Amino acid sequence: MAAWLGWQMDSNWTEPWLFAVYSVVKPVAGAFILVLMYLVFAVVSGLQDPDMFAFIFVGNAFFIFVGSAVIGTFEVVQSDREWYQTIRYVYVSPISYYTYIVGRASTKVAVAALAVLITIAFGVFALGVRVEFTSSEFPLFLASLLLGLFCLISIGICLAGVSFMIARHTQGLAQGIPGIFYVFCGVLVPLTVLPPWAWGISRAIPLTYWFDLIHRVLLPANDISTGLLDFSDLGILVLLLASGLTFFLLSLGVFKLGEYLARKAGKIDMTTSY
Amino acid sequence: MSVGTPAVPSGLSHRLRLNLKAVVGRAYPRVIGANREPSWVFFEAVLPLLGIAAYVFIYQALANRVLLDPALTEAQRAATIAGTNALIGGVVLGGTMTAFWLNVLWSMASQLYWEKEIGNLQLYMMAPMSRMALLGGMAVGGMFMTSVRAMTTLVVGVVVFSVILQVTNPFLVLAVFFVTLIALYGMGMALASLYLLWGREAWHLSALLEEPIYFASGFNFPAGGFARMGGWGRAVLTFATFIPATVGLDAMRQMIFPGAFSLPIDAFGVKFTPEIELGILLVLAVVFLLLARYALAYLETLARREGRLTSRHQ
Repeated sequence: MAAWLGWQMDSNWTEPWLFAVYSVVKPVAGAFILVLMYLVFAVVSGLQDPDMFAFIFVGNAFFIFVGSAVIGTFEVVQSDREWYQTIRYVYVSPISYYTYIVGRASTKVAVAALAVLITIAFGVFALGVRVEFTSSEFPLFLASLLLGLFCLISIGICLAGVSFMIARHTQGLAQGIPGIFYVFCGVLVPLTVLPPWAWGISRAIPLTYWFDLIHRVLLPANDISTGLLDFSDLGILVLLLASGLTFFLLSLGVFKLGEYLARKAGKIDMTTSY
Repeated sequence: MSVGTPAVPSGLSHRLRLNLKAVVGRAYPRVIGANREPSWVFFEAVLPLLGIAAYVFIYQALANRVLLDPALTEAQRAATIAGTNALIGGVVLGGTMTAFWLNVLWSMASQLYWEKEIGNLQLYMMAPMSRMALLGGMAVGGMFMTSVRAMTTLVVGVVVFSVILQVTNPFLVLAVFFVTLIALYGMGMALASLYLLWGREAWHLSALLEEPIYFASGFNFPAGGFARMGGWGRAVLTFATFIPATVGLDAMRQMIFPGAFSLPIDAFGVKFTPEIELGILLVLAVVFLLLARYALAYLETLARREGRLTSRHQ
């Protein structure tokens, strides 16, 4: 029911076909920025590097999940509280608000999945990105995708718990947290390109392992050293599972704490015009 | 004995004073209020560096792989390093311009939509000042507020990423920068009038105009690169030329990173020099300001007629 509500709220401002275009144009434009960056560099340097381009493209395509899942999850509190002012009605209804947020977020994940699929398909068929995916890799890919989304939604709910208590800085967090992932998680460049002091930060973020696994599964022939080659595929999957469970437990704690503090301060349904 | 009614002030000087006060009043929250809490230094000046860093690392990663090639000559090596510096510098410059574009979208264009949602719009409509003074004050305040943030990002970005600047004509750079801002905010004023009619579509349009404009305007790469991508590239470049940020960034890149690596915009064999681009920006500034003036009047009338001035949560 929450997923249906989220779908209605996200899509009923316009016609379905226009909503479909809108949902695809933003992430595809983001992918095109990277395409042009690569092409311009090739013009300037006179040399091409298809392996690096494939690495950048695939990482950026799957980053669409990060933006949608994390921001979409934690914006539920702000949108219900500030924009639609319906939070008090949902909050007092006999459902778990935590589950409600997960349901609302699932819509955004579904739309993001479509955008990722279109972006990857465009890369493969129009830009010649060398994605190699065999059926034997499907279980590993599915497991990594589900665990990655599990981590993302858990992180989003941690931020939702924080957003119970803040107003002005919600947008700053919405842009800052994915920005940290964008830089430190090996999305666009391997960890070896980052300065050495950043490697510790990268390895502490579970999404780093997720992106590494995605790159390994979809780009097996790629010769780029990601900085995590000392981990096997199964090892990375186990790390992802462990960190996902950790963030899930953290999300329960942070959400409950944020909710408790907001109720105590009477801020559950505050409106601040932000 | 009748009590005389007080004389209603009128005349040009009164209207000028009133509208100037409106400009100051609308600029005040952006100049003073937005800087009261120091958290803006982190959220609006430092955090944008993360997005810039991601793109900087892309160019560095590409360059590192090229430089590993043992067959590279010294001349090719030097050219790759210089070209990468220009591209990284362009990313830092584009990241600075991003702050202005986001301010135009969310604090200019969408402002009247927010006012409608909060319920203040009818108060503005009933106030005796000119609507252009209202938007002008928002533009002046927004320019100041964003300039403070953008300059901080620029300075930190140049230092952190070791960008080497070679400014050839500082006065022309400043002229291009300020005219770009005027044209951009004029565009924002024109969009603001459009948003008088809309409900949630306004918010979604602003969200939609982020990444596609970063792409079309070449915020993270020289827009002149489009000219080398065939027919579709030229079509995108033609559309992008009407966005002031495209032309402004291209002119500034040419003057701050002179040489072939800036890949200036080339329209059918005519290279757009910074002087030509300043002329284009002046034309765009005038056009957008005039468009804002007439669009605001027309769309306000339309919104009143259709009863959309006060519709909320649509």
